This record gives sequence, C-alpha cells and structure tokens, in this order.
Amino acid sequence: MSIFRYAAPSAFYPLAGRMIPWFAAIAAASILIGLYWGFFQTPAQLGGTNPQKEYYRIIFVHVPAAWMSMWLYLVLAVWSAVGLVFNTRLSFMMARAAAPTGAIFTFLALWTGAFWGRPSWGTYWDWDPRLTSELILFFLYIGYIALHSAIDDARRADRASALLAIVGLVMLPVIFWSINCPDPNQCAALHQRSDLSQMEPNIFWAMMIMTFGFWMYSFAAVFLRVRGIILSREADSAWVRGLVEGKA
Amino acid sequence: MLEVADLECRRGDRTLFSGLSFAVEAGTLLHVRGRNGSGKTTLLRALCGLLTPETGAVTWNGEDIRRLADDYHRDMLYFGHLNGIKHDLSGIENLRVAATLDGDRPDEKDLWTALEQMGLEGFEDLPTKVLSQGQKKRVALARLLLSRAPLWILDEPFTALDADAVDLLQMLIARHVAEDGMVILTTHQEVPLTSGQIRRLHLGP
Amino acid sequence: MWRVFLCILGRDITLAMRRRTDVLTTLFFFVIVVSLFPLGVGTEKQILRILGPGVVWVAALLASMLALERLFAADYEDGTLEQMLMTPQPLALLVLAKVTAHWLLTGLPLVAIAPLVGMQYHLDDTAVVTMVLALLVGTPILSLLGAIGAALTLGLRGGGILLSLLILPLYIPVLVYGAGAVTVSAIDFADTQPYFSLMGAFLLLALIFSPLAAAAALRISME
Repeated sequence: MSIFRYAAPSAFYPLAGRMIPWFAAIAAASILIGLYWGFFQTPAQLGGTNPQKEYYRIIFVHVPAAWMSMWLYLVLAVWSAVGLVFNTRLSFMMARAAAPTGAIFTFLALWTGAFWGRPSWGTYWDWDPRLTSELILFFLYIGYIALHSAIDDARRADRASALLAIVGLVMLPVIFWSINCPDPNQCAALHQRSDLSQMEPNIFWAMMIMTFGFWMYSFAAVFLRVRGIILSREADSAWVRGLVEGKA
Repeated sequence: MLEVADLECRRGDRTLFSGLSFAVEAGTLLHVRGRNGSGKTTLLRALCGLLTPETGAVTWNGEDIRRLADDYHRDMLYFGHLNGIKHDLSGIENLRVAATLDGDRPDEKDLWTALEQMGLEGFEDLPTKVLSQGQKKRVALARLLLSRAPLWILDEPFTALDADAVDLLQMLIARHVAEDGMVILTTHQEVPLTSGQIRRLHLGP
Repeated sequence: MWRVFLCILGRDITLAMRRRTDVLTTLFFFVIVVSLFPLGVGTEKQILRILGPGVVWVAALLASMLALERLFAADYEDGTLEQMLMTPQPLALLVLAKVTAHWLLTGLPLVAIAPLVGMQYHLDDTAVVTMVLALLVGTPILSLLGAIGAALTLGLRGGGILLSLLILPLYIPVLVYGAGAVTVSAIDFADTQPYFSLMGAFLLLALIFSPLAAAAALRISME
C-alpha cells in the first residue's frame, strides 16, 4: 500500500534524489570492472570459428549498449501504457525521462558497431540487419522525443507520445523481422549467430558486468532527468515553491 | 439528468476552476457566465467529454459519461465555436451528413423543411462558402430542429446571428426547455423562457 | 453502421472531387519523383530494372505521406472533426471511412499509373503485374498506418515533417516486402506468394487495429 504513495511526483522526487548517488557509484564501479575484465582478462581473440582479433573487444560496449537500447524502449513503452491506463502523471514523466538515455545507447551501439565493422567487414556500414534495426530504433526514439517536444500542452504531449511509443512497440518486431528476413523464402543474416552459451565464460561475464553497469547508469540518468522534469512540470505547486524558497 | 461533482479543470498550468458541483434537471436552462478566460468553454467541453477533468466526475442519469461514451453522445448535441459544416458542401448536404451521423434516418422532406424554418429558403443547395457568416451559422443550427437529443450544450450560439435569427434560436431553446429538454449555454445575451427554470452559474471571480 | 460508413466515404469523395487539384497533386508528385531517379542514377537499362521496384515503393511512400497531412486537417479546422467525436457513431468506423476515401483518392491512382512507371524502368510484364498487385495490397496499409500519425500530429506546426519522421519507420515492412515481391517475380512468379501472404496479413491487421489507434490518437489530440 505504501509503495503507491511514490506515484505522486512530490513523494518520488526526494526518493529518487537519495537513490541517484548509489546508482551512479555502482554504475561507475561496474563499468570499470567490466572494462578491465574485458580488456585484460579475456583471450586475445574471440576464439572458436571466429577469427577476429583484439578489436573484437569493442563487443563489451557494443552488445550491452544494444541490449540497453532495446530494454529501455520496452521500459518507455510500459511506462507509457501505465500512464494511459491509470492516468498518472509520473508514469509519463518516467517514459519521457527514459527516452534520451535509450537514444544515447542506441547511438552508442551504432557507433561502436561501425567501428567494429571497419576492421572485421572492411566497411563502416554494411546494412547488416541487426545494425539497420538499431538505426530504425534510433528513429523511433527520435520520433518519440520530437513528438513530445512539438506539442505545447503537457497532457496532450504525454498522451500522444505514449500512444506513439506503444504503436512503435507493436510494430518493432515486425520491422525487425522484415529487415532481418527480407526474403520470406529463405532467411539469412550477416551477423554471426553468436550463441551465448558457446561463448568463453570470461567474455560472457565481462559483458554481463558491463550490462549491469549500464543498467545502473540508466537508473541514475533517468532518475536525474525525471527530477528535472518533475520540477519544471510541478513548478506551480506548493511543495516546489517551498523547495525554491528554502534554497533562496 | 446531468450531474457534476467536484469538477476541477486545468488548462496548461492554470487551474481554471475547482470543486464545481451542480445538477441540471429536465426542463432547465443553465446559463454559464463569466469573464473571458474564466473557463466557460473548458467547462462545456468537459461536460461533452471532449476534455478530461483533473478531478471530479460528470454523470448522465447516474452513470459516468466516460463509461457511457457513445450512449451519452446519442443523448446530447454540442455546438462549439466552430460551425462544424463543410464549406464545399451545400446546406442540404451538410444537414444530411449531420443527421446521419446523429443516428437518424432523415426524410429528405424534413431536411428541406428544417432549412426553410431556419430562414434559408432558396439557399439550401448553394455551397455554404458563398453564404454569409450568419447564414452559415443557421445551417449549423438547423440540426437542432432534427435532433431528438434531450441535452443541448451550446457555446456562444448567438454570435454572428442577426436579430431575426436570434429570436428564432431563442424560440427554439425555449421550446426545447418547455418540452422537458435541457440546455446548457454560454452567452452574453439574456435568454427568455416561456416555461421551465433558468439557473445561472458564474465562473471565475 | 454501413450507412454511416458510406455517408462519410461519400462526403469525403464529394469534397475531394470539388477540389480536384489536391488529388492530382499527389499523383503528379509520385510521377515526378519516379522520373527524377533515372536522371540522377543514370538511364542504363540494367540498373533501372534493379532499382525500379524500390524506387516505385519509396515514391509511393512519400506521395502517400504528402496526402496524409490533409486527412484530418480540414475537418479539424472547420469543426466537423469535433462533431464526429460527439456523435453516437464509433469513431473508429468514421476513421475507417475517411481512410478508405483517402486511399481511393491517393493510393488507387498510384496503382493505376504503375504500369506506366514499369515501362519507364524497363520492367518486364510479370514484374509490372506483381508491382500493381503489391501496390494494391500495400497502399491501403500505408494509408491505414499513416492515419495514426496524422491523428497524432493534428494541428501541430511542422506537422508534415514530423509526420514523416514518425511514420516512415513504420512503413519499412511494407517497403521491404512490397519491393521484394517485385524483385523476386523476375525469378519465378510463384516465389512471390509468401510475400503476398505476409502483406495480406499486414493489411488485415492494419484494417482492424489502425482505425482504433487513430481514433484514440484523435481523442488525445482534440482535448
């Protein structure tokens, strides 16, 4: 019963504020450990049938970033759905706060993918299905943010972009599938079908730690952003004015 | 009967009104008054279901209008600031579409009669873009003659009407109230009634 | 219900017929875009044959989007859209009627003019037939999906560009399979069957869900 009291922006604001330093610290630690593990504790090449050399280590940023980009879109869509169903302002604010972080991870995945592509495929961009899907995901994030910014009325902005996010979520599998499998007669992918269970344990764990670190970063970044959104949206309310006066 | 309980509406960051409660029974005219910007149009739109209020509920015959949705719309007619007619269509074509959307199967004769009663004889089959503002409004208001909805919500219905049309509309409203209908309107004019009661609601300071 | 559907369908077509320029603009835009590509890419037969399906589809996407802006805009401006929200008719039905009218006026002409484009790009007869069929199934999907975007961006500044940004990613499956069908038809017409099955399935799903989503978007935009 008491957890629902945090659905009010005024209660969530201080809670988020207290949690941010913890998330940030754990994020920094995890990412450092993950990078160290990835760069120093793993073999010099990917192993098995894969001939890739040292540069494969970019996988420790590329893959977790790609995962995060997809997870955060799901988070965005879920918060949007919650907001539409329960009509809670904070849900919409959380969705709006998650979008830029998701977009950043998508961008990161695209860049690291390009830099990985150069040595291994010989080109920065090869219209590889997975990377192309990431590009489309990037457009979906930008579309969400653009729609929200284009609407002046906060309520309409929230609800319109929420609907867009949900439509995007529904279409996402279709879009991904059509890019991955453009010929329904036979499906092929350029991306090596890397099976997680066949991966060398050190590599696997390094990726997991990086993913965890990125999750912690996401919490910190999103909470920080949502606090800013709460303050600007609730600027007229008594508690915000109290905060401002307290500081002034 | 329309009931409003504890209604609060915001527009952007401003709270226009809060804690608003009232009821409108059959045979009543509710005249909503207030200065410009006091929230009259917002209130009417909230009563239509076009706008979701911050808090509070609007109920029609005991049920929340959000739940009733289409059933509520069947019982009400709304006129906003815009005429709601297509300028490329003629008066009769506009009325035909409006009547069909209202759920009726209008007799062609009834459509022509309605326009005639609104003083548009001879203008019925001209595209409405060649009509004057007042005439366009008359085309829009012709729906009132065909509608069987008990609740009318009219936002500034008298604007652009000449003296004859004002009298005509006042007569229509009075007749509707006398027949146990309900009318909620905003206007700067006084609306005399022959029977039924007039209630006034003042918004803002 | 059918009566209401036909009423709105007839209304929209009548309105478009009285302002015929709007309808023709979309068609001419399509023709111009399709004609521009060879000028930029080179007129070599082989290249055009390969590019043809993709170019036609991209041009169809763009033309469809141009016309989408006006799907709800006129009704929004004169208050008829507001009235549609206030009627006892299901809004999704009214949306479906408007989208059908939109497709008849902007999508169907593209299908009709496709053979001419096929000739410009030196496509063989099987390819042209496939293209016409693919456009016939695909352009309604474009109108249906686009209606959601048009409803969301109703009345916004920069509406057209924003609409493109929102809708184009959603158009990708139609583009991939529509163009793919034409490309594959060169090998064997029977190979196009799974493409059409997929597009048919999309069309069915879009027919059911898009009007509902667009109606919800309209209510959000009209508050």
